[in-house]
Amino acid sequence: MIKTEVTIAGVTFKNPVMEGSGTFGSGMEYSEFVDLNKLGAVVTKGVANVPWPGNPTPRVCEVYGGMLNAIGLQNPGIEVFCERDLPFLAKYDTKVIVNVCGRSVGDYVEVAERLSGEDRVDMLEINVSCPNVKEGAIAFGTDRTCLENITREIKAHTKKPVIMKLTPNVTNIAEMAMAAESGGADAISLINTITGMKIDIERRRFALANKTGGMSGPAIKPIAVRMVYQASHAVKIPVIGMGGIATGEDAIEFMMAGASAVSVGMMNFVNPYATVECVKGIEDYMTRHGIEDINEIIGCV
Amino acid sequence: MMKSKTKGTVLSQSCIAPGIYDLKIKTTLASDAHAGQFVGVFTKDASALLPRPISICGVSDDKDSIRLVYRVAGKGTDEFSRLDEGDDVWLLGVLGNGYDISKLAAVGNTEPARVLLLGGGIGIPPMLELAKELKAAGVNAVSVMGYRDDKAFLLDEFTAYSDTYVATEDGSLGTKGNVLDAVRENNIAFDCICACGPMPMLRAIKQFAGDKPAFISLEERMACGVGACLGCVVKTKEVDHHSHVNNARICTDGPVFDASEVEI
Repeated sequence: MIKTEVTIAGVTFKNPVMEGSGTFGSGMEYSEFVDLNKLGAVVTKGVANVPWPGNPTPRVCEVYGGMLNAIGLQNPGIEVFCERDLPFLAKYDTKVIVNVCGRSVGDYVEVAERLSGEDRVDMLEINVSCPNVKEGAIAFGTDRTCLENITREIKAHTKKPVIMKLTPNVTNIAEMAMAAESGGADAISLINTITGMKIDIERRRFALANKTGGMSGPAIKPIAVRMVYQASHAVKIPVIGMGGIATGEDAIEFMMAGASAVSVGMMNFVNPYATVECVKGIEDYMTRHGIEDINEIIGCV
Repeated sequence: MMKSKTKGTVLSQSCIAPGIYDLKIKTTLASDAHAGQFVGVFTKDASALLPRPISICGVSDDKDSIRLVYRVAGKGTDEFSRLDEGDDVWLLGVLGNGYDISKLAAVGNTEPARVLLLGGGIGIPPMLELAKELKAAGVNAVSVMGYRDDKAFLLDEFTAYSDTYVATEDGSLGTKGNVLDAVRENNIAFDCICACGPMPMLRAIKQFAGDKPAFISLEERMACGVGACLGCVVKTKEVDHHSHVNNARICTDGPVFDASEVEI
């Protein structure tokens, strides 16, 4: 009998597989493909205090082994989210992590407070690292002091466990992980996308209307594994790893690097069954190697 | 029917005009595929991961296979052009809302309604299945297809389902000019328009339609194809039902939109 349960900040997940915020909506779209009950958690698309229209199109383009996106966090705002998406998720036996975005500390705090009273929400993931939203959000994630302060501020306004989602677009990821921990974060997740650019040489134009976009997909996986390793060895709080995960083997690699759980992101677009196949792949690996408890391999390298 | 990612088998492929290919695929997705919908087609190249959205040009009468007519536009479609009978091909589908045949039959003042089908370039293929479904539903349709030159792929097939006119940019066939030039030149009467083609053509059609309904099929760079990533949006007049921000998702709220409801 193998045990795939992992516990992060007092929340127990039936298995360590989630999906990356923004790649899965609130689960509704992919519930046609996968049984959400089989996932460790559903991580929702970022939600702000008010609706955000997002960026102009084109918002996405393919690159070698991955893609760039500059969606700009289009979302319906917290009220619609609570009225529509949370009741939908209430039908499933899985944990719910709500990704929160904002342009100011006040924005984040407003959403965090609003969600504090929602029983269906198990954890908050704070997106201080979106590379596609200009007005300040990125600054929270790239400056140590800002990151520590915003973490402390959000923690002071919610009883829900808080995950700070870190950007890879920094020089020293270990420092950023420590800043989140000092601010009182219950966990960190990484990596968000890596800022990139593509130029359409036939039209002599940027491929994305936003010029730059966040790169994701299998091509960034080695960078993500490295950063998860460095961050997890710098802090005591748990780490949720992501960046190009497609299979159970990829998930195992991140967990050996130090992640307590993992998220499947862009690869949902390529294989809508990727999350559940990842769960199965982890179980197969454990059986093959005689591992009884998945926790045995976390950070084992 | 639930959407799925499924393996199909190539029945045949041929080149029907320079850079234009006609691909028939046996797939379970065919059982619920309709005019205006599309499928995502996957490459076998791990560096080109995202599904390529390609509109459905035809569904076989036995609902066993679909037909895709597409233009080679990059490395994904170039790979598809080399698919041969018996090859496997992975598909995501069926995607998008498609045309509402009963709605088209009900609009307009004449009985039955007269639906004007306008296709431009690689926007022509989806109009063929629409012409077929309209005829099956007993709706009068007139097709006006616009090409660059006399390489008028699929044109003869439209004549089986509708009165058919043609426009070419170089004047080698039919009216010299675009599809609207052909509509004016032939004094074609209509109750509503269905169109697919490049954005300048769709903008002109939206204006030309005036008070008459026009249903246009839109295209945009897509990633997931199922409404999750919010990559392919179009500005809408009213607040959209998903994000409440006047940005509808082309892949799921469309690709067919009432032209009066989108800002293009």
